[in-house]
Amino acid sequence: MRAPAEQRHAIELELNGETRHGSAEPRTQLCDFLRHDLGATGVHVGCEHGVCGACTVLVDGVASRSCLMLAVQADGRRVDTVESLARDDVMNDLQQAFSRHHALQCGFCTSGILMSCVEYLERVPEPDEAGVRDMLSGHLCRCTGYTGIVRAVLEVAGQRRTGESQQQALENRNDV
Amino acid sequence: MKAASFDYVRAESKREVLQLLHEHGEDARVLAGGQSLMATLNMRLTQPKLVIDINRVEELNRIRNERGHLAVGAAVRQVQLTDRAELAREVPLLAKALPWIGHFQTRNRGTVCGSVAHADPSAEIPLCLVTLGGTVVLESLKGKRREVKAVDFFQGLLTTDRQPRELISEVRFPLAEDGADYHFQEIAMRHGDFALVALALCLRADGAHLGVGGVADRPVAQTLPLGDELPDALNTLAWSLGAQDDVHASAAYRRQLVRELGRRLIEEPSHARTR
Amino acid sequence: MNHPASEGPAGAGPLGRSLTRVEDAALLRGLGRYADDLATPPGTLHAAIVRSPHAHARVLSVDASEALAIKGVRAVLTGEDVKRWAHPFPVGVRGAPMEHWCLAVDKVRYVGEPVCVVIAEDRYRAEDALDAVRVEYEPLKPVIDPEKAATEDAPVLHEAVGGNVVNERHFRYGDPEKAFEEADHRVSIKVRFPRNSCTPIECYVVLGHYQPATGVYDILSNFQGPYALHSVMARALNVTSNRLRLRTPPDSGGSFGIKQGVLTYVVLMGLASRKAGAPVKWVEDRLEHLQASSSATNRVADMEAAVTADGRVTALRYDQIDDCGGYLRAPEPATFYRMHGNLTGAYGIRNLTVRNRVVLTNKMPSGLNRGFGGGQMYFALERLMHQVARRLNLDPLEVMRRNLVPTDAFPYRTASGALLDSGDYANTVELALRDGGYDELIRRRDQARAEGKLYGVGLCAAVEPSISNMGYITTALTPEQRAKAGPKNGAVSTATISIDPLGGITVHVSSTPQGQGHQTVAAQVVAEVLGVDPAGILVNVELDTGKDPWSIASGNYSSRFAGAVAGAVHKAALKVRARLANIAATMWEADAERVRFEGGKVFIEDGPSLGFHRVAGTAHWSPALLPENETGGLRETAFWTPPQLEAPDDDDHINSSLCHGFIFDYCGIEIDRVTGEIHIDRYVTCHDAGRLLNPMLVDGQIRGGFTQALGVALMEEFAYGEDGSFLSGTLADYLLPTAPEAVEPVILHTETPSPFTPLGAKGVGEGNNMSTPVCIANAVADALGRDDIRLPLTPSRVRGLIGIDEPPAPEGLEPLAAPKAGGPALQARDSVEVPASPQTVYDTVLDPETLRAIIPGCHALELEGENRYRADVTVGVGMIKARFAARVQLSDLDPPRSLRLSGSGDSAMGSASGSAHVTLVELDNGHTRLDYVYEVDVGGKIAAVGGRMLQSASKIIIGQVFNRLAQRLTGKPAGGLWQRLRALLARLFGKGGAS
Repeated sequence: MRAPAEQRHAIELELNGETRHGSAEPRTQLCDFLRHDLGATGVHVGCEHGVCGACTVLVDGVASRSCLMLAVQADGRRVDTVESLARDDVMNDLQQAFSRHHALQCGFCTSGILMSCVEYLERVPEPDEAGVRDMLSGHLCRCTGYTGIVRAVLEVAGQRRTGESQQQALENRNDV
Repeated sequence: MKAASFDYVRAESKREVLQLLHEHGEDARVLAGGQSLMATLNMRLTQPKLVIDINRVEELNRIRNERGHLAVGAAVRQVQLTDRAELAREVPLLAKALPWIGHFQTRNRGTVCGSVAHADPSAEIPLCLVTLGGTVVLESLKGKRREVKAVDFFQGLLTTDRQPRELISEVRFPLAEDGADYHFQEIAMRHGDFALVALALCLRADGAHLGVGGVADRPVAQTLPLGDELPDALNTLAWSLGAQDDVHASAAYRRQLVRELGRRLIEEPSHARTR
Repeated sequence: MNHPASEGPAGAGPLGRSLTRVEDAALLRGLGRYADDLATPPGTLHAAIVRSPHAHARVLSVDASEALAIKGVRAVLTGEDVKRWAHPFPVGVRGAPMEHWCLAVDKVRYVGEPVCVVIAEDRYRAEDALDAVRVEYEPLKPVIDPEKAATEDAPVLHEAVGGNVVNERHFRYGDPEKAFEEADHRVSIKVRFPRNSCTPIECYVVLGHYQPATGVYDILSNFQGPYALHSVMARALNVTSNRLRLRTPPDSGGSFGIKQGVLTYVVLMGLASRKAGAPVKWVEDRLEHLQASSSATNRVADMEAAVTADGRVTALRYDQIDDCGGYLRAPEPATFYRMHGNLTGAYGIRNLTVRNRVVLTNKMPSGLNRGFGGGQMYFALERLMHQVARRLNLDPLEVMRRNLVPTDAFPYRTASGALLDSGDYANTVELALRDGGYDELIRRRDQARAEGKLYGVGLCAAVEPSISNMGYITTALTPEQRAKAGPKNGAVSTATISIDPLGGITVHVSSTPQGQGHQTVAAQVVAEVLGVDPAGILVNVELDTGKDPWSIASGNYSSRFAGAVAGAVHKAALKVRARLANIAATMWEADAERVRFEGGKVFIEDGPSLGFHRVAGTAHWSPALLPENETGGLRETAFWTPPQLEAPDDDDHINSSLCHGFIFDYCGIEIDRVTGEIHIDRYVTCHDAGRLLNPMLVDGQIRGGFTQALGVALMEEFAYGEDGSFLSGTLADYLLPTAPEAVEPVILHTETPSPFTPLGAKGVGEGNNMSTPVCIANAVADALGRDDIRLPLTPSRVRGLIGIDEPPAPEGLEPLAAPKAGGPALQARDSVEVPASPQTVYDTVLDPETLRAIIPGCHALELEGENRYRADVTVGVGMIKARFAARVQLSDLDPPRSLRLSGSGDSAMGSASGSAHVTLVELDNGHTRLDYVYEVDVGGKIAAVGGRMLQSASKIIIGQVFNRLAQRLTGKPAGGLWQRLRALLARLFGKGGAS
């Protein structure tokens, strides 16, 4: 595929389970495309150099910085953003745990953190605190001091193991 | 913070990549994981005319264990190696070093060869490659395929022996030597930051081969004697690296870490922090 | 203490309980509406800003013609436009004729200062055009160090002011001279507090929309207040204040004071919209934010205490310099005066002398930052108290205890005029010691030390002021100046409650929250008063100065929500309840005092009862049934201001804040002897913030502030080179704590309600930003027995304090670099051997053809005068390259012995200038050794984002010049440093060699 500069190129991707179409110049960052062309404003942009983690989304199920990807690279891919997590207006177990543990204040970093947690808990179903903190080191949160986030993730991991919210967890798995 | 304009090609084959590099040379940049390139594009620190995306080139996305080394293709992501169960046996140093690279989210996309191409003096993968005596395979459309020793490949800050029309098609890590132990240790300002000092160690019965990253303008490795001669040898190594002050650490601090942490790692490797 | 969400009972109603936040549902689902998420009017254009790469320079010319020719570029706003339409920002001090415009009009005074605005159809195109604007600068000598800036021979930023000290005031309270004279001991300390910022993750956003028909600037921005700055913006826009309609979005991605600084961009984008004839949006990027938004001041404080033999402090002397950066931007110099009333901290010290100097340097302007002024002040005061203990060989805890304001003294008037509203400091300290396990911590220290470890315990007691007196800033003026300007005081807060015909309750507050949960707490307060379910109440926190109630104190700062705004909400709710009670009482022909509100019902005990919505609906549906004094409709606005906040008196006493919480912190830390890393073993923080309205949110504030303070203590600093270059332009250079660095403090509470606020609550959000940096510093001082503690305590700096006893360098490996003292200036030396005579080398260098050949990436070289050239050069390392319009010069010619080769240039990536002094030494073999010593100044983006690599990069580029020279003379590349080192190492280590 060849995409000349300064021209918009058609992009088709699966966003949060729906096929979406748009177009972007080669240089357009994926985060800009998701926000301004597809309306996924839950994707937040905090640094545009891959450090803060606010723009993290899942690309084919893998947590990725959307400021470090071109929109054209997402053509034909599956992208999931924070908007995919709640079902029928009910927040998933992770979102609910974040609220219970006051794991967010301004909420700007939260969408990226949630998406990292989604993949992480799939990969590491029995994390310890050090592991969760290591995973979170790819995100900057300026409000919470991280404590609530760590507690929420550990609690959800525990609940999912004991099956307390297995049904819900299963639904989430199907989402992503 | 938006990139300048460029043409984009999503390459389908290695040959297409080589063809494009042949045509465009210095005006082209290969986009693999993008964890360094995309940031520099966004900041307009680099303004190529063409970006060649190799993410969908299947033949570059291969890991092969053959002829005494582990060959890692240009599109192989760091996470593919961390997920590789046999890596701890094949290249234990690399297995120990990988978790120190950036973060889970950046390892998800960042590639092994991309880190080698970027040649950041504090990067972990180039350090491992140099310490283990690995090689870099360079291919071009018309030229000879070259296999360059890592020590010759890294030529200074962000500077390598790669010529503009060449692609780093793979890097080769020698497999673990019998009887040798491998350890990795790093001091950074924060978890996942650029190393202030990174140490990679291959410990043999008769000596220690110690690689140092983050101090000189490129990774450097040196065989050191064990026992009483070690402190002097470490001191010589520390001074030889041309450490410099920056906003996060002084040159003297870096030299001292090479001496003291180096000694600690060699003499009590089991105390090394792991990740 | 752990306050997870709970519905458990505190009182009867929802107030005081840890309710989960009503804000969360939207934010967790990505449905928040932050400034950059809101719809823009059709035809909205996008702005990018040309910024100065220089710390200090005269702007000679701005040529935007090339930029305007780019497709998609619609307009360029320049300093000329700004001068035509706008005014400089008003300045908070008299007698300092300092002009601060929203764009540089004559000079630039810090790296990143806006020079002009490019307005285009999208942000990408606007940035394309940035590179095409030609700005010609005449660089001037910068000054970065505040102490140097205060001296007479320092470069002057604002010539009209005549010097860099823009405000100096002396204060004297009690009889400090006598106290010092009679003191058994005089203990002094000099400290420096670094520049840093609480750095929200969302940057500034402004959408400017000028309405030519009415002359109204309608501007949306994630501004946070204080709205006293609305007046500053309106005056800068040269309109009456009703013609600046300033709106805020529903959500904001953090601020911590920093988004006060967006005020200059509000004005700038208003003018940009006027210039373009269309709405203009600007979203600040991270590099812009880090180099040119706002930061705390850095401060130098020289302090002294008069101390009795038993450790009682009888007097304090402060001599402080606050560095406000390139301009005194409103509300500065507030950093000093926010803390003025409580300069004696938690101690009953009656004698005080203060000298405050506000200094300008070539850095970004300072402004509000969480803990405003407190981090700086307590770093000096509490380091001094620690020092008093050391000098007198007393336990620091004992020194604190002996000096605390006694419990029976509240409300306590401090020496400088603050009225400490309530507290029980002595008992709070004892509670913290007991419940936090202080004795155990001391045992841990003893044990660690016995094992040869470096372990220290640090303490800090602090008074946390909240709800600022809008008049405190006038303490910067003399009493005579104040008399002329008229008194300023108070802190008006406001809230409005509307009840619609079906009984739906909507609350509006002018508190522009940035994540603190104001909606939740406002709903709790209203629900408590009206006896309804808080979940049913909607709280609107958008502020539109065109139609909402607001006043100058509105906004989100000085921890004013719990004490002042929630208090105003309470007042408004009481007004609504009184009216409803009256309505119900009339219906039931009962006494209004018997009407009760609970469980969504309005009723009389053992009497009639109606649903809340029915009673409220009466005001809309059946006005004829209302009592006589009722007007119908149901909307109440309350304004509230505390009478205790008076203007400063003629003796400069100022009650700078309404409430004063108390914090007592201590911590145990262990230091790794080798790496210098600090491990926080335990951190205990005990707060008395009056009545807690939602304990979970209080703890959230404490954790967040604590973690920011941890950053200040350990890693955060805006670094500037001596040449004024800004070196912290990315989040990989300016380091914020991440989850592995964060530690969970032990949080303890005690509640002494404030008698001055409607709900007894005090502010709590900023305390740890004040107490924690110095608490950790005191622990490090304790661990290492050192006095000279500077923040941030990076591993390298701590290891330096432990001491690095370096073995000498082996022969041949002595460092080539001779770094200049004080700062990371790019200066180094090197040499190269050339197989030719000095005369040949000399002649070669002077030949323009040679010059062209040896300058790396030289596209063109054109003679401009004798030994002076213009050059077009692309230089860089690796993939990072920039094209410079450069000037090259050969000077100080002393053939064939020495000369100077210098060059300077500008590029889209920043500016660079360098100079190498070259000496030619004839060797025995007839060859020449070419020694060069060089200095390089790099400014702008390259320095800001490449700080970590500048040394190596300049070494490479300079090295290329001389290696190319050698190559030209010999036809083959000269051995560089690395090749020589490898050869040397091979000799030293034998066969192993460096690989």
